[in-house]
Amino acid sequence: MLSLTIREVSAALREGRISPTELCRTCLNRIKKTQHLNAYITVTEELALKQAREAEARLLRGAPKGPLDGIPFAVKDNFCTENIKTTCASKMLNDYTPPYNATVVQKLFDQGAVLMGKANMDEFAMGAGSTDGAFGPVRNPWSYAAPYRERTGAAPDSDWVITGGSSGGSAAAVASLTSYLALGSDTGGSTRNPGALCGVVALKPTYGLLSRHGLIPLVNSMDVPGIMTRSVSDAAIVLGILQGQDMRDSTTTPAPSWLTELPEHFDVKNICVGIPKEYHAPGLSEETLAQWSRVADMFERAGARVKQVSLPHTQHSIVCYHVLCHAEVASNMARFDGLEYGHRSEVDSSTEAMYASSRHEGFNDVVRGRILSGNYFLLKQNYEHYFVKAQRVRRLIADDFKRAFSSGVDVLLTPTTLADAARYSNFTQEDNWTRSAQDDVFTQPVNMAGLPAISVPTALSSRGLPIGLQLIGPALQDNKLLSVAQWLEQRVGFPSISDCGDESGNEAGMANREQTSAV
Amino acid sequence: MAASSVAVSELLHNMNKQISVLYPKAACVIRRISTPSSRCDSQLQLRAKSAPQQLVGVVGLEVHAQINSKTKLFSGSPVGFSAPPNCLVSPFDASLPGTLPVLNKRCVEAAVMTGLALNCTINKKSLFDRKHYFYADLPAGYQITQLRRPIAVDGMLTYSLLGGKKRSQVIRKTVTIKQIQLEQDSGKSLHDDLRSQTLIDLNRAGVGLMELVMEPDMSCGEEAAAAVRELQLILQALGTCHANMSEGQLRVDANVSVHKPGEPLGIRTEVKNINSVRYLARAIDYEIQRQTEVLQRGGTVQNETRAYDSKSGETIPMRDKEGLQDYRFMPEPNLPPVIVYEDNASLPTGIDACQAVVVQKIRAGLPELPSVKRDRLVQTYGILPEHGFTLVNEDGLVEYFEAVLKATKKEPRKVIGWVTNELVGRLKQQDMSVSQSPISPSALAELLELQESGHISSSVAKQVFQEMWRSSGKTASQIIQEQDLGLVSDATQLHNICQKVVDSHPDEVHAIRNGNKKVLNKLMGLVQKETKGRADPVLVRAILQEKTS
Repeated sequence: MLSLTIREVSAALREGRISPTELCRTCLNRIKKTQHLNAYITVTEELALKQAREAEARLLRGAPKGPLDGIPFAVKDNFCTENIKTTCASKMLNDYTPPYNATVVQKLFDQGAVLMGKANMDEFAMGAGSTDGAFGPVRNPWSYAAPYRERTGAAPDSDWVITGGSSGGSAAAVASLTSYLALGSDTGGSTRNPGALCGVVALKPTYGLLSRHGLIPLVNSMDVPGIMTRSVSDAAIVLGILQGQDMRDSTTTPAPSWLTELPEHFDVKNICVGIPKEYHAPGLSEETLAQWSRVADMFERAGARVKQVSLPHTQHSIVCYHVLCHAEVASNMARFDGLEYGHRSEVDSSTEAMYASSRHEGFNDVVRGRILSGNYFLLKQNYEHYFVKAQRVRRLIADDFKRAFSSGVDVLLTPTTLADAARYSNFTQEDNWTRSAQDDVFTQPVNMAGLPAISVPTALSSRGLPIGLQLIGPALQDNKLLSVAQWLEQRVGFPSISDCGDESGNEAGMANREQTSAV
Repeated sequence: MAASSVAVSELLHNMNKQISVLYPKAACVIRRISTPSSRCDSQLQLRAKSAPQQLVGVVGLEVHAQINSKTKLFSGSPVGFSAPPNCLVSPFDASLPGTLPVLNKRCVEAAVMTGLALNCTINKKSLFDRKHYFYADLPAGYQITQLRRPIAVDGMLTYSLLGGKKRSQVIRKTVTIKQIQLEQDSGKSLHDDLRSQTLIDLNRAGVGLMELVMEPDMSCGEEAAAAVRELQLILQALGTCHANMSEGQLRVDANVSVHKPGEPLGIRTEVKNINSVRYLARAIDYEIQRQTEVLQRGGTVQNETRAYDSKSGETIPMRDKEGLQDYRFMPEPNLPPVIVYEDNASLPTGIDACQAVVVQKIRAGLPELPSVKRDRLVQTYGILPEHGFTLVNEDGLVEYFEAVLKATKKEPRKVIGWVTNELVGRLKQQDMSVSQSPISPSALAELLELQESGHISSSVAKQVFQEMWRSSGKTASQIIQEQDLGLVSDATQLHNICQKVVDSHPDEVHAIRNGNKKVLNKLMGLVQKETKGRADPVLVRAILQEKTS
C-alpha cells in the first residue's frame, strides 16, 4: 500500500480498501522505522492523526475534497506551517513557530492532505547534499536497499550515500515511502537534484506559477516550490492544485488553462527533443551519459525529432548564479537579528554586539560565508562589476533557452546530476561551495531562466543507486513537459524501492520491472 | 461722501503705523523666530555690492511625507497614530520570514497625484530597491525604497514669501523637485537609558512615505520654511498627507552648505530632528551662521549629520553611525515594476481599469491648489496679493474671513486688513491658531458693522477689538456701552474742541491758509487725541476746514 502512487492510493481510500487513519498510522510507523534516515526534523503525529480522522469522516460521507483527501505528505522545513516549528534546519530558527501557513501548504490542507511532518534539508536551503543542516545529514533510503548493498558490499551504517539537496528530507520521505508527496524548494536544483539521487519524480514548475508566500527565501527571483512524487501523473495532480495567482505573492501569474489530467498515451512523434551540447560536461559519469543516450535514442526510435542544440552561456551560469544568490542571501538574511524572533545571543552589551553574536551563533559557516560574499558583491564599488554583470549574464542564459525553444525544440533532455549519489564520507571532503558548483551544473541555468523542469528517475546505476534525467520546457508549458515526462516514465520502468528489497531485499521484483521496461 | 472715505483711510493708515510702532519688539521677535528675512535680504544686498567675498547659504531639502492611506505601503495592517504599541503589525511588518510585500495601490495614486501637483514627470514604469542597514526599528534589515527609478521626477514647486520694506510684497520663487520616491517608514525606538534597554514599536513600520528631494535652490531658512509651508498646503489640499510636522507626518531634513557665489558648493551638513516650519528656518539659519563662522575662522566644515535642538536653537553633531554607510542597494526581487498608464485607452487588454493606476483619471481629480486659491480670492474679493497669501497660508483663515464677510455689509477689501493685520498679528504674537481665536467671525463682524454704520470711529474700533481679545465673550456693543466709546458727534462740543486746537496752533493754521492742506491732518489728530479718538472724523474735518479757511 505504501509504495502506491497518489492516484492509486486515492482510489484505494475511496473504495474503502484502506482508511485514512490506517494509512496515516502505517506511514507514521514507517517514519519510526526509518528514523535513521533523518528525513524529518519534526513529525507532526498528532496533527496527522487528527487530519486523517477528518478525512476519514469526509470519505465515509462520500464527500472527499479531492484526489489528495487523506493522502500523507511531507513539507520541507523552509515552508511556514502555522503553529508548527519551521526551522530551515538552522539554529537561528530552532524554536521558531510561524503564525501562518505558506500558500502551497494551505492549499494542500484545503484539499484534505495529511501532514506527516517537516522535512530535513541543508541550512536555509544552502547546499546540494542535505548534509549541512543543524539537525544532521539526511541518508539516502537507497543506501539500505538491496541493490546498493549487494552490488557494493557496503556496510549500511558507515557507507551510506547522500540524498542530494537541499530538499533531501523531502526526497527521502517520498523515496522511503513515508509520504506520497513532498514539497521541496528549488532555487538552483534543490528539488531535482535530490529527486534524481533518491529516485523520485521532482518537478520545478515555471517561476511564478506557484506562490512563494510562506517559503522562507533563498533567492527570491529563482525560488520555486518543488513537487516530489512517485509518478509524473501525481506531480501533475499536485501542480494542478498548487498553481495559480496568489494575492500575497506579486510575482505569481495566473495559471494557463490546461487539463491537469495527462494524456495516457502521449504521442512523441510531433515532439522535437533538444540535446544541449554544453551539458556534456566534465565530471559527467559514464553511466549517466549512457542513460542520457539511451533515452535520447528511445525518443528517436519513437519518432520524435532529436537534435543537438547549443546553450552557449551555460558555462558562465554557475559563477553568475553564485553572485546573484549570495547577494540575495545577504539581503534576505538581514532580518535574522534575534530581535523579533529566532535565536538571540546572551551577549547584550550593545544592540550591535547582540546582532553580531546572534548571527554568528545562529548561522552555520555556509550561510555566514554567503552573507559575507553577498554583501561584498553589493558594495557600491562592486555592484556594477559583480551584481549588474551577473544580471546581464543571467539574461544571456535565459536568451539561450529562448533561442533553443524558438528553433522548434519542445523539450530539452539533459542529465539531472553528474552521477549517482556520493557516499557521505566522500561528499563531505569537498567544501559546500565546490559541491554546489559541481552538482547544480545541469539544474541551475533553468532557475536563471525561470523555466519548468522535471527530473525523472531513469535507471539504477551499477552501484544500485538511482540515476535521473531532466526535461526542460518553455515557460508556462509545464503541462506539455509533464506529458513528455510521463511518456519517458512509462518507458524506462524505474523500479520502486519496495521491489528492491528495502531492508528485506527482493531483487527479483526489480529485475522484472527492468525487463519489462527494456522493450 | 468722497471726502469722508479718504479721511477714514488716512486714519486707518495712521493707525496701521501706530500699530507697527506699538509692536516693534514683538514684530522683531516674530521675524527672528519665524522668518529671519533680515539676513536673507541683507545677503542679497551684500551680494550685489561685494559679491566675491560674501559667503552665502545653500539649502536643499529632503522631505518625508507620510501617505494618508488606510493601510500600509506593502501590507494590510491599518495606519494609525494613537494605537497601543505593536498593535498595528502584520507578519510582513515584523519581517517574519516568508512574508512578501504587496503594493498598496492607494499609495501609488497618492504619489502620482502629488507628483502631478508638483509638475513632475510621472514615470510610467518605476522600480523598488532595497536599502540595507541594521537598526532595531528596521526589522527586515533593509528598507524598500525607490532609488534607481522613482515614481515621479523633475518637478517644480513654486512658493512665495513676503518681502520688501514692509514685508507686504509677494516674492515668488521656485525650487526644483528632483524626485518623489515611494518607500517604507521605519518603526520607532524608545531608549530607556535607566535600564539600558530599547523598546521597539512597529506600528509605524511599513507605513507608506513619499520622499521628496528638493534641489539646493534655496538660500536661507525663510525660503526653506516658505517652500515647506507651500508643500504642506499642497499636500493637505490633495489629501495625500496630513503634513503635520509635530506629529511626524511631514519630516524635513535640511542639507546646508555655504559658498561664495560662482564657486563650487561647500561641504554640506545634514540637519535633522526639525519638527516645525519655524524651527526649520531657525535651524538652517543657525547652521549657515555656524558654517560661515567656521570658515571665517579658517576652519573646515565637516560632512556630518547634525540634530537641531529647539531649546538652545543650535545644531549639534549626531552620534556618528560608524562612519560612512554603504547601503548595499539592490533591486527588490519580490515586486514587479510599478506600471502606471496615461489613460484608459493605453490600458493593455486584460487589465482591469479599476486595478490600474491611470494618470489622466488622477489629473482630472486634482483639487484647487493653494496658488490657484489665492488668485481666486484676490479676484473675488478685490484684495491684494499679499492678503491672498496670508489668507491661504494661515490654517482656517480663509474660512474665518469668509464667515466675517457673510455677517457684514462691509466691503471685503475693508475687512481684509482686520483679518490679516489685527487678527493674525494678535494670533502670531500669542502663538495661537485661527481656530483658537477668542474673537469669533460673527463677533468681529458685529464690531465692523458698528464702525461701518458710524457708531464708532475706526480708532475706537481697534480699541474695542483689543478689549474683545482680552475679555473673551463680551460683544463689541457691550464694550462700547461700558466704556462710553460711542462716537462724539455733538456739533457744539466738537466746535469747542476744534476751536481750542486752532487757537493753540497758530503756526499750523497759518501753513494751511498758505495752501499746505496736509497740515490739517495734524490738527485732526490733535482733536482725536482730545476726544480719545471718539470724534466723528467727517465732522471734525469739516469744522477744521471751516475754521482754517
